[in-house]
Amino acid sequence: MRRIVIWLASTITIVVLLFGYHTSTNKTSAAAVPSSASSPSTTTSSEPSTSPSTTNKTYQGSVAQTRWGPVQVQITVQSGKITKVTIMQQPNGNRRDAEINDQAVPILINETIQTQSANIDMVSGATVTSEGYVESLQAALDEAGI
Amino acid sequence: MSSAAVEARTDGGIHRRVEHVMGMPISLAMRGRYAATAEADRAWQSVIDQLREVDQVFSTYGEDSVINRLDRGELALEQCPAEVAEVLQLGREAEQLSDGAFSIMLPSASGRRRLDPSGVVKGWALQRASQFLAALHDTDYCLSGGGDIVCHTANLSRPEWRIGIEHPHNPKALIAVVPIRSGAIATSGTAHRAAHLIDPRTGRGPSGIASVSVIEASLTWADIDATAAYVHGQDAVEWLQARPIRSALLVWADGTTTRLPADLNT
Repeated sequence: MRRIVIWLASTITIVVLLFGYHTSTNKTSAAAVPSSASSPSTTTSSEPSTSPSTTNKTYQGSVAQTRWGPVQVQITVQSGKITKVTIMQQPNGNRRDAEINDQAVPILINETIQTQSANIDMVSGATVTSEGYVESLQAALDEAGI
Repeated sequence: MSSAAVEARTDGGIHRRVEHVMGMPISLAMRGRYAATAEADRAWQSVIDQLREVDQVFSTYGEDSVINRLDRGELALEQCPAEVAEVLQLGREAEQLSDGAFSIMLPSASGRRRLDPSGVVKGWALQRASQFLAALHDTDYCLSGGGDIVCHTANLSRPEWRIGIEHPHNPKALIAVVPIRSGAIATSGTAHRAAHLIDPRTGRGPSGIASVSVIEASLTWADIDATAAYVHGQDAVEWLQARPIRSALLVWADGTTTRLPADLNT
């Protein structure tokens, strides 16, 4: 358990460093690491079995307040090894945030997309004017959601 | 009624708001901690107020807008609000990067080139206004202005926003769906306005291409890149490959599609 806490603390430090790295115009970086990182809360994602060493356990770090916003890390441990690191919360509105999100996103093309079942939140299309709006799919979405 | 063929997602408590500014619908979907609160109402009002101010300064329709007075030489750039210089600078960068396919000096009926930064203003203004929404802690939003969208997910335990891309040949149908957690998507084409995009170099509309959707970190550049790519027509793929985009979908005049990066097609 102690090792895990150390792992977790260092992971948070790394993440905070990560956010702090890209700050040529900002002087502070890792110095912003709060002491709260040393008091992680622990949750178990599955029922504890008789052999806990093979059980997946997740540990959530405390929310670290950085100058870019809150950072929170969750790790999943199996058989004493970290199998997954998830950033639960990350700051918004800064460059590093944009870069972390910079992977290509999948575009799901389906010749038979049924708009009824597409389960979408918003529609992107060539400029919809206010005149054309009433007839648009977006209007239907907005109407359905209000 | 006929347009109500789409069902909004009802799970996850999505709250929606709509207003019309700059001649287009501004739609907002929110979820999370503050989505249904007075704080969200205030942030939304700030978004709308700022977009209205932008419209007053940059509208090419209003005779006495700052941008038209600047174009006529009645105002010097130093007499304009600071955003004007910012937008003109963006326009110049876009023109350079697009080899002239994007320009804020457009041919007009009189033959004189007219200052028209509309192609920069929309994406830039929406991206800028979205900051009011980003200030709401633990709250996700999806802000659309006439089909160009800024998405933000504050808490990664919540799902991506699902964005439908309109079919350029049938505005009532979708051709694709894109899940976006945080980022922006812009689509250029002629689905709703007949040939409103022209190649500033030739004064004509591009051929062979029906629509281009570009996904990037910021709507400012997604919008510019979608427009420039569309104007590039047949050369859009090659041009987009050199841009720092995340993904793109091109729909050709014959209805076939190309996705970028190329491995999305396999």
